[in-house]
Amino acid sequence: MRDDDRVFKALADPTRRFLLDRLFTRDGRTLTELESELEMTRFGVMKHLRVLEEANLVVARKVGRVKLHYLNPVPIRLVHDRWIDKFTERRVSALTALKRQLEEDSA
Amino acid sequence: MTSTTPTAHAATGASNTSSASSTSDTTQIYRVFIRATPQAIWDAITQPDWTRRFGYGLRDEIELRPGGNFRGHVNDEMIAMGMSGVVVDGEMIEVDPPRRLVMTWRMAIDPRMAAEGFTRLTYEISEGRGGVSRLSVIHDLSGRPAHAAMVAGDQQGPGAGGGWTWILSDLKSLLENGSAMVAPPQ
Repeated sequence: MRDDDRVFKALADPTRRFLLDRLFTRDGRTLTELESELEMTRFGVMKHLRVLEEANLVVARKVGRVKLHYLNPVPIRLVHDRWIDKFTERRVSALTALKRQLEEDSA
Repeated sequence: MTSTTPTAHAATGASNTSSASSTSDTTQIYRVFIRATPQAIWDAITQPDWTRRFGYGLRDEIELRPGGNFRGHVNDEMIAMGMSGVVVDGEMIEVDPPRRLVMTWRMAIDPRMAAEGFTRLTYEISEGRGGVSRLSVIHDLSGRPAHAAMVAGDQQGPGAGGGWTWILSDLKSLLENGSAMVAPPQ
């Protein structure tokens, strides 16, 4: 699977987006903390976290005896650069062209 | 795909998110996979000829030995804007090319951040399969809220870039395509 595919697949699930939102609000959380905010089994939450880790959207790191989960926004940025910019660029350049033309006309 | 939906917590969580700070003031971790050797990534983050070419484009001066100095000097564009001197500074703690670099790191050009003192920055590089390496940035920002906000990109307008996310995306672009992302035409 391509990196982009993993990111889109990971983001396609509401529970996984919810987990990312929680980490966005406060980063570096344990499984127990994340689990306490979802009505889901520990196993279910672990499964979702694994998909997020495989997509590189979450990085897990052992700090002392606990494993903390961190949000990694880099893949979202890459998807943005690759997919979103591409489709918005034309609109933006059309506007800048219009602006230039209007300014030239009024000059 | 599971059909599980977040519970009632989700609704409150979502409404909190927009007003809550996105910034953790403890540790932030950023990770990117780059189609390059660990040595190429190491050179890009430690050699001034490379550091000029991505991110904020500072001219870095790094003494690659424990206790060595680190200074990121203003680039030509910043000089043209009337800035001068050292933008970031710090000291090498651990130098293990091309795998691991640990240093102290401080935004020296901003008085408020300079007063916060040094943060601890770790780069970890590991080789993966198919010529792809993994670069992790582990930034310990405990008790340094202004630094934490800056490296999270909070002070940049939407789309304006900033922070580690932008720097690492730019580095990936430079090493894989030979050029950093180009600013859109004005």
